Amino acid sequence: MAELTERPFPPGDYPLIVVGSGPGGLQVSSALRGHGIDHAVLSADMQPAGMFRRWPFFQRLLSWTKPFAPVARGTRPYERYDWNSLIPETDEHRAVMVGLMDGTSYFPSRPEMQAGLEAFVSRTGLRVRFGCRWTGTRRLDDGRFELQTSDGTYTAGTLVFAVGVAEPWRPTSPGMELAAHYADTRPVEQYADRRIFIIGKQNSGFELASGMLPWAKRIVIASPSPAKLSVNTHSLVGIRARYVQPYEDHVLGGGVAILDAAIERIERGDADGAPFRVVTRRSLDSVEMVFDADDVIAATGFVAPLLDLPDLGVATFGQSRLPAQTPYWESATVPGIFFAGTIGQGSAGLKKHGIPSNSGAVQGARYNARVLARHIATTRFARADERPAVARDQVVDFVLDELTLGPELWHQRAYLARVLSLDPTEGIRDDGIVPLAWFVDAGGPDAIAATLETDGTGAVYPVVYLRRDGTVTEHPIEAHPLLDYRTASARSDLAGILAPMLGRA
Amino acid sequence: MADSAEIADELAGFALFADLTTPQLMGVAHAFEEAWFKDGERVLRQGMTGSGLYLILDGQASIRVDGEERAKLSRGEFFGEVSILLGEPPVADVVALGTLRCLVLASSAVEGFLNDHPTLMYRMLQASARRLRNANRWRS
Repeated sequence: MAELTERPFPPGDYPLIVVGSGPGGLQVSSALRGHGIDHAVLSADMQPAGMFRRWPFFQRLLSWTKPFAPVARGTRPYERYDWNSLIPETDEHRAVMVGLMDGTSYFPSRPEMQAGLEAFVSRTGLRVRFGCRWTGTRRLDDGRFELQTSDGTYTAGTLVFAVGVAEPWRPTSPGMELAAHYADTRPVEQYADRRIFIIGKQNSGFELASGMLPWAKRIVIASPSPAKLSVNTHSLVGIRARYVQPYEDHVLGGGVAILDAAIERIERGDADGAPFRVVTRRSLDSVEMVFDADDVIAATGFVAPLLDLPDLGVATFGQSRLPAQTPYWESATVPGIFFAGTIGQGSAGLKKHGIPSNSGAVQGARYNARVLARHIATTRFARADERPAVARDQVVDFVLDELTLGPELWHQRAYLARVLSLDPTEGIRDDGIVPLAWFVDAGGPDAIAATLETDGTGAVYPVVYLRRDGTVTEHPIEAHPLLDYRTASARSDLAGILAPMLGRA
Repeated sequence: MADSAEIADELAGFALFADLTTPQLMGVAHAFEEAWFKDGERVLRQGMTGSGLYLILDGQASIRVDGEERAKLSRGEFFGEVSILLGEPPVADVVALGTLRCLVLASSAVEGFLNDHPTLMYRMLQASARRLRNANRWRS
């Protein structure tokens, strides 16, 4: 058992440095170790778990770990039903979370999630230098990087930043500094009998509203565009079902108002009235609406804490200031700097039908981290890549098994794919899990990529991509009501799609 | 990088959004997402389903059919609408020429968005008509 209080990795030179000890940093460290890559892990925190040490504010996650599932607990297919456990490099220590939850909910509590991440570190013997804050970065003349930290100076040829998207952000509207940020929400009983104005219609705003329903006198939730609900988008885009109660209270006239309006300014109220006055302008007709409030909370999101990386040339984009990344999560503008964890959302992938990856959540980021570790091991440390042979008469069943049971494809739809390459000399090889955007755009030998996709209608269906003579074509397979593609119909469809490729191999 | 207010300010300078009020522009800025592409990266892929409506904030994009460039688009111009309106995969690749920064609206949200903003829809029709006219000139 690793001691969480030990302080490994003193300042010095390392082949690779991971910054961060949330799920992203821990998963990439575990996977790098599995590939035999010597590396240091540095964390400003004193314990693992990253943002789960503080949030979600109302102490229960939005991601499942289902104790009972159609497949055996602790197996690879079970990962589809366990969104919260990190993935060990051996079969031991799988599904850590399920053994730590008290059974009252299949959404773990925040302390259970923290305990799960700590247990993963402890049971797998991961090592982290805690209490070591990254403070600056420099590119050396030889192309390596220098990291300045609270403990001293480190150097490395490859950096992986898994620092989350955890720095509170608020818009620049006048008076916005008067609003508390989500991150500074007080204990809920302190909002009893008060008028709460929440800025932002993301899950964080609705999480606060849901928790405050039994306490607040009135809740207004406002932002310029309408709220999306996940049950309508048929994806994880929008307000999750857990937090829809304020919406129902709104439509039933229960003291909750949900407005499509821009926040023009926040002012201090009159001495004898409410402490704050929020001036808004309705999106529909530009009508001004003014609200008195006892508390104004900006549930307006977070940005990636990249410190001075933009000064090194790391391009960023969007409100969250995510680093622009390649399909393999490398900075698009500074080679050698990689990203893991929720910050990996900056590698958007194909985003087919507008549906994003799950890279912002543990169940997606954990697979990205494993693919990233393998990519780093093979491309920057010349490690041999394991590419097992697959017999030609086994290809159809192999692909259908992956489409039905492969957790990477389930959690990262249209983002990660299982790839088989077909080389006249090597035969058919399992190239493992690969970013779909890389498969589609990077070119290469004849190959098959299998993934799962959804188009916003609610269906989940397999799509097979064939790369033949450098041209990639797309071949959907009909959705199955029980999401099991090991059927005669799917077998026949897939065999027909693959026939031109397998005939060549 | 930009927040919604800054994006709304940028949109206000584009002909497509000329009829929208500031709160409406803020709504648009919230509804779209920002995307960033490096030089040579494909934004739309010929023959591949599931694309979106793109509006260029910075940079240029090349429209390529079977690898042959047919047109270039720049700041304030949009693409992806034909495939969404027809419910068919794009008939061209769209490739970043240098760094390209766009706003994106998912295909599933486009119909509702246009219905909610009829003046914008009219301006989009005008732009499409100009493209059609120019394409016909090019052919004749």
